[in-house]
Amino acid sequence: MSMASSSILTTPLERLGAQVIDGIDALGRFVLFLLYALVALLEPPYKPRLWIRQAREIGADSLFLVALIGIFTGMVMGLQGEFTLRKFGSEGALGTVVALSLVRELGPVLTALMVTARAGSAMAAELGAMQVTEQIDALTVMAIDPIQYLVSPRLLAGVLSFPLLTAIFDVIGIFGGYLVGVGLMGAPGAAYYNGIASSLGGSDIAGGIYKSLVFGLIVTWVSCYKGYHAERMATGVSRATTEAVVLSSVLILVFDYFLTSLLLK
Amino acid sequence: MNQDGRGGAINVVNLRRRFGHQQVLDGVSLTCPSAQITTIVGPSGCGKTVFLKHLNLLLRPDSGQIVIEGVDVTRLNYRALDKVREQFGVLFQGGALFDSLTVAENVAFPLVEKTRLRRPQISRQVEEKLEAVGLSGMGDKYPSEISGGMQKRAALARALIRNPKILYLDEPTTGLDPTRTGAIHALIRDTHQQLGLTVVMVSHDVPAVFEISDRIAFMHRGRMALNGTVAEVMASQDEVFQHFLAGKSASAEEEAGRRPVARS
Repeated sequence: MSMASSSILTTPLERLGAQVIDGIDALGRFVLFLLYALVALLEPPYKPRLWIRQAREIGADSLFLVALIGIFTGMVMGLQGEFTLRKFGSEGALGTVVALSLVRELGPVLTALMVTARAGSAMAAELGAMQVTEQIDALTVMAIDPIQYLVSPRLLAGVLSFPLLTAIFDVIGIFGGYLVGVGLMGAPGAAYYNGIASSLGGSDIAGGIYKSLVFGLIVTWVSCYKGYHAERMATGVSRATTEAVVLSSVLILVFDYFLTSLLLK
Repeated sequence: MNQDGRGGAINVVNLRRRFGHQQVLDGVSLTCPSAQITTIVGPSGCGKTVFLKHLNLLLRPDSGQIVIEGVDVTRLNYRALDKVREQFGVLFQGGALFDSLTVAENVAFPLVEKTRLRRPQISRQVEEKLEAVGLSGMGDKYPSEISGGMQKRAALARALIRNPKILYLDEPTTGLDPTRTGAIHALIRDTHQQLGLTVVMVSHDVPAVFEISDRIAFMHRGRMALNGTVAEVMASQDEVFQHFLAGKSASAEEEAGRRPVARS
């Protein structure tokens, strides 16, 4: 870790250089952290017990929240979509609009944001507290690799849980759109499902799954990294948690743009 | 320096470590003989905890040599380090109990994770260790439900569960009242006598801790200013040490007042 001290670094240019080097240094540590955790996942000892526990905490425990957000997102889309489409006399297109926007875009992104808020923050806070109270050092001196024990299972569970949660979000969202668009606003019900069946292709579904896999990796990676490197002071854990949520959310939206532009080609 | 030289359980030669612009360890040399209690004392910020973190392999030095039970650990890779670590028990300043596990699960943890022992054997050993530290019947409680002194005792039980050869204690009595301090000291002394462990301890409890120590190392400005048996060190006319004993050390030695934090 290089330190900026005015006695050595005098000119603004040197200070800028030091900041750039610090930034590259931090990025390197960030990437190595992921690589280390992925390699550790392949090495024994294998702990399925830990994988299952993390899958429950990241996946199963987020189910209700994802379902809740899913149904309301679908309902809003049914309302807005039907209202707008009616102006153009295209009520029959509601199913297509709801399904495509959910599966391609809103499903992966909203699920990732909600799971970041719930499980990402919890991961960062838990690992942060363990770092601050020397529990991570305690694992090391017991000859237990803390990254393999704490981070690898979370990465695996995150990458596997996100696509499943996203799929559930999509299905519930489509049902929510039907509920409001057809049930409440009186759009034609058969056209809703026919529209979905004719427009929603395998590539749309695959695209949504790719996105959610990437988001799952980003959220668990960022949250674990921030928690694991929490500073040993009173505000260390809270800062790690905030940074984990903010950075995850920003990266989700940034990567969403780039993934979309790749997938639409 | 009677027992110094080779042959100690732990031999440290000219250890150096820098954090940023601060030379925290500035050529530390120390020998901790087998089956004795070596206590490291010194003003806060002198590098005691950082030094201990080099001995228990949480930090690696910039230069210098650490030989533990005949093995030069400064030359080992990660896998080999784990082998050396299995001879250790470590008691951290705050206990570092896993707060998601009960006291009994904490004590059992090293056995569950690192051995192939069966459940009944593990619970028998855990019960034994909990009884040894005076916590029998408390196994089902979570760390947050017991007092600070009990947490330290539970952490000591965890540190001892694999019958280590070397026990590292980082300020085992910090934050405890004098009665509890005495109880923990007695516990350390008894455990040491029963198991014949090599104990290396960092302590602030001067001079109470001298009663249970075999050897004292006085650390000052990143070096061992004094090092010998309790009698030798107490007889020393070293001015800084006398000031430290008299509680007057809180002057320039506080320096920045910051102890660099360990990071792996």
